[in-house]
Formats: sequence, C-alpha cells, structure tokens
Amino acid sequence: MLAQLLRVLSLADYNTRVVMFGTMTLGIAGGVVGVFLLLRRRALLADAVSHAALPGVAGAFLLAVAAGGSGRSLPLLMLGALASGLLGMACVMFISRFTRLSQDAALGIVLSVFFGFGAALLGIIQKMRGAQAAGLDSFIYGKTASMIRSDALLIGIAALIVILLTASLFKEFRLYTFDADFAAGDGWPVHRLDLLLMTLVVAVTILGLQAVGIILIIAILIVPPASARFWTDSLRLMVLLSALIGALGGYFGTAISAIAPRLPAGAVIVTVLGAAFLLSMLFGSSRGVIHLALQSRALKRKTLRQNLLRALFECEEAGALHSEQQQLEYLSRIRGWSRRELRKAIGMLARSGLIYRVPGCPWQFSENGRTEAMRVTRNHRLWEVYLLEHADVATAHVDQGADFIEHVLGDAIVAELEASLPRFGRALPQSIHSLTRSNGGSDG
Amino acid sequence: MIWTALDSWIVLAGALAGASCALVGAFLVLRKMSMMGDAISHAVLPGIALAFILTGSRAGAVMFIGAAVVGVVSAVLVEAVRRYGNLEHGASMGVVFTVLFAVGLILIERAARHVDIYPEHVLFGAVELVPLHLVSIAGLEIPRGVAVLALMLIINLAVVAVLFKELRLATFDPGLATTLGINATAMHYLLMTLTALTTVAAFEVVGSILVVAMLIVPGATAHLLTRRLLPFLAVSVALALLAAVLGHLAAIGIPPWFGFEDTSTSGAMATVLGLFFLIAFLAAPEEGVIARGWNLAGLRLSIVTQDALGLLARAAEDPANPDGSLSASDFRSVSLSPFRSAGAGLAVALALLRARGLVAADKRRFRLTQRGQAAAREVLRVHRLWERFFYDEGGVELGELHNAADLLEHYTDSDLRRALSDRFTGQRTDPRGKRIPG
Repeated sequence: MLAQLLRVLSLADYNTRVVMFGTMTLGIAGGVVGVFLLLRRRALLADAVSHAALPGVAGAFLLAVAAGGSGRSLPLLMLGALASGLLGMACVMFISRFTRLSQDAALGIVLSVFFGFGAALLGIIQKMRGAQAAGLDSFIYGKTASMIRSDALLIGIAALIVILLTASLFKEFRLYTFDADFAAGDGWPVHRLDLLLMTLVVAVTILGLQAVGIILIIAILIVPPASARFWTDSLRLMVLLSALIGALGGYFGTAISAIAPRLPAGAVIVTVLGAAFLLSMLFGSSRGVIHLALQSRALKRKTLRQNLLRALFECEEAGALHSEQQQLEYLSRIRGWSRRELRKAIGMLARSGLIYRVPGCPWQFSENGRTEAMRVTRNHRLWEVYLLEHADVATAHVDQGADFIEHVLGDAIVAELEASLPRFGRALPQSIHSLTRSNGGSDG
Repeated sequence: MIWTALDSWIVLAGALAGASCALVGAFLVLRKMSMMGDAISHAVLPGIALAFILTGSRAGAVMFIGAAVVGVVSAVLVEAVRRYGNLEHGASMGVVFTVLFAVGLILIERAARHVDIYPEHVLFGAVELVPLHLVSIAGLEIPRGVAVLALMLIINLAVVAVLFKELRLATFDPGLATTLGINATAMHYLLMTLTALTTVAAFEVVGSILVVAMLIVPGATAHLLTRRLLPFLAVSVALALLAAVLGHLAAIGIPPWFGFEDTSTSGAMATVLGLFFLIAFLAAPEEGVIARGWNLAGLRLSIVTQDALGLLARAAEDPANPDGSLSASDFRSVSLSPFRSAGAGLAVALALLRARGLVAADKRRFRLTQRGQAAAREVLRVHRLWERFFYDEGGVELGELHNAADLLEHYTDSDLRRALSDRFTGQRTDPRGKRIPG
C-alpha cells in the first residue's frame, strides 16, 4: 500500500504522469477561470451547466450507437455535453428574463429537469442489450482511473488553452470583473467578455466531466478561488493561489483515486479541495477567521489602552485626586468601565511601563507614559476641534465622533490634521469640554 | 406495456414523494430559496451514509434524524460560511454542498460493503425497488417507502395547515411578521427542517438530484399560473401528482416505441415536470411568453397606427399641403416623425389603417378618409392636451413638451382622456398656440 502510494505520488508510471497532467491542468484551469466566475457572483450558473450536460452525454452515446459506433469516444460525448450544457445555460437566461421567477429558481429548474431527462436516457442505455454503458458512469462521479492516455492528453491540452486564453485577457477580465459599468463606459466590449468568460466556464465544466464528474465539477471552479480569497486581496495573487490549490486537488485526487479505484475520483478531489477551503477559512492571512479575530482583539486592546491613557491624563489635568481608591472610582465613573475591565487595562499599562504606583498613592505616568498619553490626548482633541470647525458637529457630540476615529488615525492623517489646524502648532489644545465632571456623564 | 400491482405501487410512491416535495418546495420558490433546496438535498447524503454505517440498515428513525440534522446543519453552515467567509450566498452554498456531498459519496462507498446501497441510487433513486420492501401495517402488507412517504405528506400537510398564517406572513413580509411576534428565523429553519426531512423520505424514490425537480418545478410552474397562495399550493401538488402518473406511463410506454426497454421512472417524472413548466412558460394566460408577446405586439401596433394618424392629422393642418396627403418618404422625413429609422412599423401601420378604412392611398400618397379624420383628430387632441398639461401643471419647457406628451398619449384610455378634457374645458390651443381639435 505504502509502496504503491509512493509510486503514484512520485509519478513513476508513464500512465499516471499523463493522467496527472490532465487533472492538474484541469485543476489550474478551474482555479483560474473560477476566480472571475466567483467575483462575478455567478457560481451556481456553472452548476446548472454541468448538470444540463448529462442528457447531452447520454444522447450522444445513443446516437453513436444508433449510427453503429461504440459510443464511447470522449470527444463525441464531450460535444454532446457541450451542446446540452449551452442549451441549459440559454434556458436559465430565458427563464429569468421572461418570467417573474428568480434566477435561482431558473437554475434549479434547468439543473433538475435536464438531469432528470438525462437519467431517463441513461435508464434506457443501461438496459440496452450488449451496449457497453459502463463508461458513462465515470461522467457522473468522475473516474480518473478510467481515463485513457489520449483522453488525458486531450483534457490537459484543452485546459492549457483555457489557461493561456484567460492569462492573455487578464487585464480585460480584471476591469470587467470589478467595474463592468466603467469598463462599458470606457468602450470595452463587456458583453463579449461576459460571453467569453461563460464560454471558458462551460469549457472547464465539460473538460472536467470525466475526471471529476457532473455533480461535483462546480467545486473545482468555486472552491479554489473561494479558498484563495482568504489569503490575499490582490487579484493576481488570488489567481495564482487558486491555480495552485486547484492543481493540488488534481494531484491528490488522482493519486488517491489510483490507489483506491472504487472511490469516485470527483469526490476525492472535492474532499481534498474542501480541506484546503477549511484551512484557508481558518488560517487565511487576509480574511481568515482567526486572523480577523486576532485583528479585532488587537484593536480592542489598543482602544482600551488609549482610552485609559487619555482618561488618566485628563484626570491629572483636573487634579485633586489623592488616593488610588478615589482615582479608580473616578475612572470607572467617567468611562463606564467595570472594575474588572479597569483593572485589566491598568495592568496592561503597568506591564508596558507606562504607569507606575507608589503604594497608597494614585497611579502615575512614567516618562514614556506621559509622552504617549499626551500624544493620544492631543490626537483626540485635534480631531474634536477639526469636527467642530470643519464638519459642523455640535460640541456635545464631537467627543463621540472623535472616539470612533482617534484609535485608527495614522501618522499621515495626524500630520494633515496639524496642517489644517495650524494655530495649535505642536502644542496640546485645551479640552473644549468643561473639566469639572460633577455629573459624570461626559468623558471628553 | 403491462400494468401490474407493482406499477400501481410505483406510481403511488412517486405521487406521494412528488406531493410532499411540491408542498414544501412551493415555499422555497416563493422565498427565492430554490437552490437552498438543491444544497440541502445534496448535503443530507453524509447524514444518510453515516446512519447506514452506524445502524447497518436503510430503515429506522436514526437515519431520518441523522439526515435531518445534517440538512439543517448545512443550512447553518451556508450561513456561517457566507458571514464569516465574506462569500456571496451562491458561492457559499456551492462550497458547502459540494464538499458535504463528496464526503457523503466516500462514506457511501465505504458503507456499500455492508448495506445494499449503490452510488447510482443516490442520484436517481430506485423507485422500481420500492414494492420489494414490505412492512405490515394494520394487517396490510404495504411497501415501506410508501408508508414513509405517506407519513411525510401528512406531516407536511399538517405543518402547512397549522402554520399557514405564519408561513404566509413570514414568506411575503418577514418584517411585518417579526413585528407581529412571528419569529421569521424560526420559520426559516422550520422550512429547512421540513425540506431536509422530505428530501430524506423521498431519497429512496427519486434520489438526491431529481428530488430538486420535485421540490422546485411544481412550485415554479404554479407560480406562472396563479398569484394566490392557496390555489398556488393546490396547483403545485396537483402537478406533482399528475407528473407521477404520466412519468411512470412515459417510462414504461415510450422507450418501446424506439425499440428499447423501459427506463427510470424518476427521470421520466422529472422530464414530465419539465414539460409542464415548458408549457406554462409558453402558454400561461398572463405570464406566458405567447400571451406577453401577443400583448406586446398589440401595444406596438396601436402605437404605430396612432403615430401614423397623428402625422396625417398634422399634415392636414399644413397650408402648403392642401389635400393633407403624405408619401411614404414624407412619413419618414417630416418633423416630429417617429418613423425616422427604417423599419416595418410604418408599412404595417399603413396597411392596417387602409384595411380599417381610415386611410386611403392615391398615387402612392396617403391621406385620411372621412372616418380617419375623426380618429386622427382624437390622436392629435390627446397629444396637445397632454402638452397643455405638462406646460401648465408640470412646468415642462417648450422644447421638451413633445417628447413628454408622446410618452403618454399612447397609454391614455377613455377615462384619462375624459379627465384631461374636463380639466382643460374651454382651452382651445396648446402651449405653442396650435389649435386643440375636437
């Protein structure tokens, strides 16, 4: 078993190499075209097209047998699939254009009815005397093991053409994917690009029928780009990553399918892709769940830290606090912190050496702490003044507005703020709010 | 073709499956969640497979519960991937259901060693095998599949009947439903649960993909035929029942015409449903393509004839044109002509007007007959009344008046015309000082 696995993974057989070439280029083509399909929000259209291909496959088989052939020629079956897949796509468009049914109802109708008709045709084929219908099974669930060399070469080369075509139209597709209206206004043939993209999608779908199967082919178009999306915001990188994930799916799917031929290859490929998706969704460096959670936690901590620094600073400005107890009470009143939150925040500042305490006395700034607190307070007040003078926000409301934004102000924006409020120079503006806090409601 | 008791059981199973699915699916169609039905029907597969592996049989409540749980979990997963993964709904469905289905297929392949289930049954079902598994209920030997589906239909009927008001509100106006204290989210997941349960119950008969046809196509077809909820549900269910009968007849009856043996009933049922939809798509009284095309053609025709009459009426006012006649090229070149671009509209309009006796042709020039003059005056009158209206009431500038009036004059029925006349009684001229005829 292990020896066999190694033999397959290291591509020792010529046959395995050829099949691998076919499925991996297919995976890459799916990944590349899929990026644009996903970004154009047409993911499920590919599902309808692939299901609609079944009656084409079965019909082509029946016709070939009726004409005296064996019916098992891959190009012929693919041609049938192409014809009925395109017909299915046209039906989806007609139904959503000419009725008040939603697009997803149109997809569901086409997908299930075409597939049902295909099933009826398959039912006939299976009971035909002497016909070798076994080959057709591989179109439903996919069977890389049944791919012969010429099939794999055909698939691989056609997929290569799809990849090259997409790559050469990268700029056009990018423009039309992100802003079709602008592209149209700029004179690009948006409709033809749209048609071309859908043709490429249909091509991948049909090419993938034998390796992945009708049911799951949509996955090689959707799952790799959806996974790649978690890692990057750059389209170029997303295409590359998506291609890589697609290729990995093809590689492992073929390998496992070669070792366990009873397992449907399509299911294996899609399970591999599904694992890639799960990992990406969790660990993705751009939109991954963990990354986002960490980011939001860091922002929360930063906010808490800056709020406390400013509160302490303003408390010092107001003066007249003699004990730690008094100080804590005051802080929790003005910011509505619970004692636990407050203790946590104070601990955070103390650990980073920004504040310290002589036992029994209130917390005090270290030198670093005072600089940092002044910077934070200054940002806040500059922003308040800015809102007051340039955005006509009422005095009682600027504090909230400033609170939202001050924690995410970058150095460049602060510099701009300083430039637009030159009278303060490098100095710390006075608070615009009264510093007597008898009611405890305001925390400016 | 020989009809046996087996055929009756097959039709009954198909009809029960179709009716249960149609009832639930009708709500999916209304809520624009058709593909969610597709997603759930794929996603229950791992649940079914796990239950096979755990219990070692195809029967039992475990399978139902397992599959239903997975079905609902898949609905939750789709939502989670959409929200936390920032993916659009379709893509998140695509990811979730393909991966779950793939896992289910692999599990089934493992389970197939222990239980009699084949991957092809997963897709197409095995309605032909339904009469072979019998259970005895109240002394009667009936197929297990039929008993299960009958129970499913009763459950679906009961839920829809009891929660009819809530379902209706949550479907058509979730906001209002929420303010009235109906939990729209709960309704959503109730529907998802019913979909999952029904999918599992129908699985044996129609498989996991054709069940989508049973869920969606009856509802979609009925949607084109009626706009009221109760008739809509009734038509959906009736179509599903009819499809079961016709589908089985087609499956055993049609292939022999071409010298083949019979074919799968479930596939034929889906095909028949597709034909129903095609017929409704083409010939539905209001929504059908034919009816709408007919109405559109009628409207176009009335617009071009009115345009032609209007031009002739204006020509009759022209002092340089004593007999008020126009040649075909005049029609295309006079000012305000809507016939500037080449097209068949003018020829059709003139032919129709001549056939009605409103226009006469003489030496390739066209002029109004006595009756035509009255009709043309009316067209011009409505046009100029609208110009008056837009000028006096709408503050539209002189240069824009013609286009504004042109938009409305063709859609002005007798009530509106009377209202316009009453509004401008005694007003003799349009804003440019031309006479308002009549």
